Amino acid sequence: MSRTVVIDPVTRLEGHARITLQLDADGHLVEARFHVVEYRGFEKFCEGRPFTEMAAITARICGICPVSHLLAAAKTGDKLLAVRIPPAAAKLRRLLNLAQISQSHALSFFHLSSPDFLLGWDSDPAKRNLFGLMATDPDLARAGIRLRQFGQQIIELLGGRKIHSTWAVPGGVRSPLAPAAKIWIQERLPEAKATVSLALGIYKRLLDGPLQREQRSFGNFPSLFMGLVGPEGHWEHLEGWDGGEARGPGGAGGSGAAGGHGGLRIRAADGSLVADGLREDDYASFLAEAVEPWSYLKFPYYRSLGYPEGIYRVGPLARLNVCDRIGSPWADAELVELRQRCGPVATSSFAYHHARLVEIVACLEGIELLLQDPELEDPHVRARASLNRREAVGVSEAPRGTLFHHYRVDDNGLITRVNLIIATGQNNLAMNRTVLQIAREFIPDPVPAGMEIPEPLLNRLEAGIRCFDPCLSCSTHAAGSMPLDLELLAADGTLLAQRRRGA
Amino acid sequence: MGVITLSVNGAAVAVPSGATLLAACRSAGIALPTLCYLEGLSPVGACRLCLVELEGAGRPLAACVSEAAEGMVLRTDTPQLVNFRRMGVELFFAEGNHVCAICVANGCCELQDVAVAVGMDHSRFPYRYPQRSVDASHPLFSLDPNRCILCTRCVRACDELEGAHVWDVAERGSHCRIVAGLDQPWAEVEACTSCGQCVDACPTGALFRKDDTNVTSHPQRQRAALLQEARQRHSWRNQGPPPP
Repeated sequence: MSRTVVIDPVTRLEGHARITLQLDADGHLVEARFHVVEYRGFEKFCEGRPFTEMAAITARICGICPVSHLLAAAKTGDKLLAVRIPPAAAKLRRLLNLAQISQSHALSFFHLSSPDFLLGWDSDPAKRNLFGLMATDPDLARAGIRLRQFGQQIIELLGGRKIHSTWAVPGGVRSPLAPAAKIWIQERLPEAKATVSLALGIYKRLLDGPLQREQRSFGNFPSLFMGLVGPEGHWEHLEGWDGGEARGPGGAGGSGAAGGHGGLRIRAADGSLVADGLREDDYASFLAEAVEPWSYLKFPYYRSLGYPEGIYRVGPLARLNVCDRIGSPWADAELVELRQRCGPVATSSFAYHHARLVEIVACLEGIELLLQDPELEDPHVRARASLNRREAVGVSEAPRGTLFHHYRVDDNGLITRVNLIIATGQNNLAMNRTVLQIAREFIPDPVPAGMEIPEPLLNRLEAGIRCFDPCLSCSTHAAGSMPLDLELLAADGTLLAQRRRGA
Repeated sequence: MGVITLSVNGAAVAVPSGATLLAACRSAGIALPTLCYLEGLSPVGACRLCLVELEGAGRPLAACVSEAAEGMVLRTDTPQLVNFRRMGVELFFAEGNHVCAICVANGCCELQDVAVAVGMDHSRFPYRYPQRSVDASHPLFSLDPNRCILCTRCVRACDELEGAHVWDVAERGSHCRIVAGLDQPWAEVEACTSCGQCVDACPTGALFRKDDTNVTSHPQRQRAALLQEARQRHSWRNQGPPPP
């Protein structure tokens, strides 16, 4: 008789999800699915609200990456006002996003994923968490927590609070940088750099040793990668396509990488550029969203390749895969090493962990560079205008990948339509393929009837999902805590085994 | 001007004749919660939060619209009054769509402050989730009826201070709502001088400046009193409480 293995709930994620493994009558694995079982409906209940409120409303989608929504919403608002924000505001927003990416990546690496590598896949599940890490290596755990605090504290220094700040507004930001904030950041930067250096050292030693099988088998497949790049093709986390007002719509081209205007770039696993200089405004022409009845999370795909062949990945690994370089010395050296280890385009989803650490380096160097810019302290931080456009698309790179906000408003600026495309959703196809690949690698084939699947194997399935650091609250714009369930289902759908862990 | 003596919660209080019970309570140092009452505007007794018990009266009285009389014995803190006030605030929340987290008035909202003052941690009444549309037609200001508690401060500020009388209350019961002009979009009401006094008087985020986003609303609620004072005494100040 066929059966289904269920992991329910999947733990150490941000949100609530379930994994099912479908076996046929002979015990062969036929399908593995990652189900997101939350639903919210932000896109609907935002209708009728003033567009100026969108930054505050959408920031509430998530407690981990509210800054990403805040920035995407503020940038969409800039376009509705049709203003170019003051240079200091643009730089302060960049500082905010770099702090956000650092803290979120620190959370993913130290709090959520490192217990798997540092304590071992087979260690006691009750201790395989941050508290177990504190008991085993208190200095490393403390350094990781303080690295996250560094990012969170910058967010608070800029925006008044760590979580759900509403400091970015259409037209810029609310307040300039306080001199005391600048001093605090400068004083803490060396410690943050030391922590990420320590983590990179530990992680690379693990890659050379016990993690080789994971690096090979955790979602290692060719796919497209998408992310923002700067006008010179370098790593970019906030600015979308910029052709200037004079160029008008559709004006791609010009010189330099991405036509010299930055924007979205899509690279294939063989290193070839599939598309470059894409405008976020045109996202619907190159991205489409599919829906499956078994998950609330949509399945975006690259339109011209169709569904599901148009599978693409976003996030830290994708950003490093699409860019030509990062643009700061230490981060560029780390990027070179990552490419030496994984090839010019890293295709293993396990490399997301490495990419996250490299991006923290890039963020810390970016923060340091911004603090040296005298323009950062300019008090003129907000451009004011009334509504000048009826429709706009804003883009930002969230820690987990590219985030789109698309609003339509009426003549008075009240929202008539919202579409949010979230990073985790764009990784949905890849997460499903990763779960299947890990199950094929680690679960015996066929699974003998009545065999209990050992916990460490199930943990690897969860860890496959954790590579993507998915934010399910964001991706379904959904509510609730995020444990994960795993189910083993028979061919007729009967539940054969179930693992459930509390939130 | 005669002086009236009365008792509030057992303490003797002297007030000028013609003073309200609210003034008597406040002069005794008792902070009665109010929402519809605003210094500088005529009182209407709409919110019922300033209820007091008068010995010998069969029912609680709204202190803002009741005149003090010699020898009155008042109580402001009986269990019944405490319960009524909390119920009143819960009903305000249940009746509209008050989402503090994303409101322009978050942190400077009188409804929020009153909820804290009466110890409301949840509503015992089911939320009604009414469907109400924002009027964002005015170039400077917006009206969000989801946050309106029908205190009518805007109606009175526009009528008594500016003399434009743009705002009114339409319909009855649970259909009651604030309307501009003859129930028109705000921008179409020619009487509006765009003075913004309704916005300054609003105790919640129902009336707000379009430029305001979350937690930036800084209403000038003392302005009504300052304008009345300026009009009556020909003395112009721009801040602080009016002189006695």
